Amino acid sequence: MAQRTPLYDVHVKAGARIVEFAGWDMPVQYTGILDEHEAVRTRAGLFDVSHMGEVVFRGPKALASLQRLFTNDLAKCADGQAMYGCLCRDTGGIVDDVVVYRRSATDLLVCVNAANRQKDFDWLHGHAGGADVQNESDAWAQLALQGPAAAAVVQKLTAVRLGSVGTYRFTTGDVAGVPCIVARTGYTGEDGFELFCPPGRAPALWGALLEAGAAARVIPAGLGARDSLRLEMAYRLYGSDMDDDTTPLEAGLGWVVKLDKGDFVGREALARQKEAGVPRKLVGFTLTDPGIPRHGYRVLRDGQPVGVVTSGTRSPSLEIAVGLAYVPAPLAAEGSTFAVEIRGRAAAARVVKTPFYSKPKPASPGAAP
Amino acid sequence: MNFPEDLQYTREHEWCRVKGGRAVVGITDHAQDALGDVVYLELPKVGDVLKKGETFGVVESTKAVSDLFAPVSGKVVEVNDPLVDAPETVNEDPYEEGWMIQVEMSDPKELKELLDPAAYRKFLEEEAE
Repeated sequence: MAQRTPLYDVHVKAGARIVEFAGWDMPVQYTGILDEHEAVRTRAGLFDVSHMGEVVFRGPKALASLQRLFTNDLAKCADGQAMYGCLCRDTGGIVDDVVVYRRSATDLLVCVNAANRQKDFDWLHGHAGGADVQNESDAWAQLALQGPAAAAVVQKLTAVRLGSVGTYRFTTGDVAGVPCIVARTGYTGEDGFELFCPPGRAPALWGALLEAGAAARVIPAGLGARDSLRLEMAYRLYGSDMDDDTTPLEAGLGWVVKLDKGDFVGREALARQKEAGVPRKLVGFTLTDPGIPRHGYRVLRDGQPVGVVTSGTRSPSLEIAVGLAYVPAPLAAEGSTFAVEIRGRAAAARVVKTPFYSKPKPASPGAAP
Repeated sequence: MNFPEDLQYTREHEWCRVKGGRAVVGITDHAQDALGDVVYLELPKVGDVLKKGETFGVVESTKAVSDLFAPVSGKVVEVNDPLVDAPETVNEDPYEEGWMIQVEMSDPKELKELLDPAAYRKFLEEEAE
């Protein structure tokens, strides 16, 4: 049977549609994906992301050990700062993409994908290099309040001065009387917070956040909106856009691979691949023909399969079809064209810059209408 | 959930409204609800000939892709083309504005194989178990 978060009953009572995701019974939507998507882009939406896992490195060797397992450079991550990066195998293949929360050099929390809880723990524990590594996944619930109204809503419930918590920074403090890690992180492209709290307190915190956000029309949001929001930002999803057989360089995550930081697992393979050039690359594309690209659809060039779509949807904010696909390196440049095979039909596609979505800029004063 | 008395239903969740020799076809309230927000549609052209049980189009929501199956055989004589530019209509009004095609039936006897509202409800209950 699928696992349930401490908020499962709350979701069911709220009328959520429950689906199984990564071995978890999770809310995919409450009122509707488009509704919830729009709420996050314009106001705020509240997500239960308690299915995510937490692995903690402690002790004098914590920083050095994790640094050897992480592609990004934790020496450049201050205490109280979060950093995104990959865990790689010797081959350069991605074990998982994770966010490391550096509480101190002797205490670092690794937030891992739900499907990879056990795999990551086994991998990290097996390569711990003398650090104390604990799987604390069952000891944490995680709520994400995301959207332009998020900070004002959370601020109503806490004495923590959120103005001093910058993007990808975190602190600890009570929110609605619940002890939390208060992190300015997320997976939507909006400002917002991820609150890590004790599982037993999650329903109280959930209720308090919705109540504090009621006037701002904050609503609960499910995995459906989470997926369309992240895809508009071209954020990768492990298991769909990458796996053990893809490298961060192929996945377009070269910016979190710091080959000059010193040795780490996978470094040699990644350095070799960088030198030789990647054979394929994950690109963002839009369709110029009707249709919606979906995971697994084939990429065609001159009628021949040359790649595969890994994520696709109709972007609710942009109202166009967008997707991510692996294509041969020569087709990866912006403006390159190929076709996506949709039910036997070749739909024209073009490589575009990502993120697909960027926040509308406020009109400058005095600008011509 | 609403299943109008004057319609007949398929196990693939299409409905059919008979007007003389024509059948108006759409998807049921249950289907639109299960799909979620409909964002894309592919419909046949006027003149296409459909065979009962075969796919005549596609409906896609944010998350899902679903084939449309012809409840009866015949020639497509009208297509609700504006629906393609306003697919949300399928969610908002599945039985009226959300109709998809009209078919000139070639074998009206096929109608006997469709479900009445009570039988369709029963089928949904069984499917949910």
